[in-house]
Amino acid sequence: MTFEALGVSSVAVRLPEQLGDLSGLVIPGGESTAIGKLMRTYEFYDAIRQQHGAGMAVWGTCAGAILMASVVLDAVDDQEPLGLMDIDVRRNAYGRQLDSFEAELDVHGLEGETFRGVFIRAPWIERIGSEVDVLAEHDGHIVAAQHGDLLATTFHPELTGDPRMHRFFLDKVVGS
Amino acid sequence: MTTNGSTSTGTLRVKTGLAEMLKGGVIMDVVNAEQARIAEDAGAVAVMSLERVPADIRAAGGVARMADPTRVEEIVKAVSVPVMAKCRIGHMVEAQILQSLGVDYIDESEVLTPADEEYHVNKWEFNVPFVCGARDLGEALRRLGEGASMLRTKGEPGTGNVVEAVRHMRTVTDGIAWLKGLRPEQLFGAAKDLQAPYDLVKWVAENGKLPVVNFSAGGIATPADAALMMQLGCDGVFVGSGIFKSGDPSKRAKAIVEATTHFNDADIIARVSRDLGEAMVGINISEIPEQERMQERGW
Repeated sequence: MTFEALGVSSVAVRLPEQLGDLSGLVIPGGESTAIGKLMRTYEFYDAIRQQHGAGMAVWGTCAGAILMASVVLDAVDDQEPLGLMDIDVRRNAYGRQLDSFEAELDVHGLEGETFRGVFIRAPWIERIGSEVDVLAEHDGHIVAAQHGDLLATTFHPELTGDPRMHRFFLDKVVGS
Repeated sequence: MTTNGSTSTGTLRVKTGLAEMLKGGVIMDVVNAEQARIAEDAGAVAVMSLERVPADIRAAGGVARMADPTRVEEIVKAVSVPVMAKCRIGHMVEAQILQSLGVDYIDESEVLTPADEEYHVNKWEFNVPFVCGARDLGEALRRLGEGASMLRTKGEPGTGNVVEAVRHMRTVTDGIAWLKGLRPEQLFGAAKDLQAPYDLVKWVAENGKLPVVNFSAGGIATPADAALMMQLGCDGVFVGSGIFKSGDPSKRAKAIVEATTHFNDADIIARVSRDLGEAMVGINISEIPEQERMQERGW
């Protein structure tokens, strides 16, 4: 795990009672429908909103960004986002797996070279609220954004081995 | 892999990355749009499109081929989760057709009748990623050498009997542990014994794991079976005949999803295992003549 390499311990959260001890939560990539259903069955929705209200930072990557949004575009019928962050996110915006891609990104707030963005059946951020900052764009679409202790990325920093996004989350989002 | 300006598609990282996103999940066999919707609704992370589930292939006999493109397309349109589809071992044209239909993953599968008894598909030539079956570490690494970007242990499909899935998972795990214990100069001989590419053998020995996601397949019929495979170290499960050959597919599918997520929590597995209706009828492996065992296909 990248967080361990940065000197921070992490746990895999499977039940809402595990949230109480955390200073930050990463909602990872995966299928937003499958994750959302399990989150509903195990009553994560209110628990995450409450813990965020009590100071827990949240970082959503890909499916996680979809789940954090206030509005999901191209959602399946009963898909319900957490509504934590004032952004509208379009699911599978680029198309299917054959359209998955890698590209260099200029990410605001990251030092050094460009960041390798790995986009897998990725969404994009189609609208942001007035208080949300854009951190990166690709081809005219927002792919990373921050609002205080909330971070959304539509690509997968964990697949690159480059720890700078994780470092950014610990320093600038958890610590905000 | 295709590069256009600074953007690349079909890279190994993008191919193996999709499999990473499926980790901890359940991939379900479906034969039509209605089953695909039931699977997605139950929380499947992907669906596998095929003409008939393995239990029916077994019953029907004859040659089993790729599904009709109309059927595959209907499933692609019906759900928003990734759609996988099976081609015959070595049948690159079926694979080309599936790529042109826009499926998200191809399973070069022993469940279908092999088209080539010597060569598997050269998977490096495709932008769509492939998953392949394996019974042991050597077979797994040979498939990776040919360009597979996800693995699954084979088990014995269409039986509802988890014993072969367990055997293959343990065999792969034992193989990794054995490699890990070898000295660098012994790895050349190990590559020869495993009949696998040396670079991959060396990688596994140094890292103590497979370089790609490895699911379990072939005989998983109950939530407990799924959790068993997870405890044995697989990254997720394929459920074929086990769901739609059972009494209450929707309920069983949901229960298998929950048991796979909470595979170490016996209280949850006990709760979801209750009142699932009839499981598929199982077959004992010793009752299947050797030439009819699907796991023997592929090499």
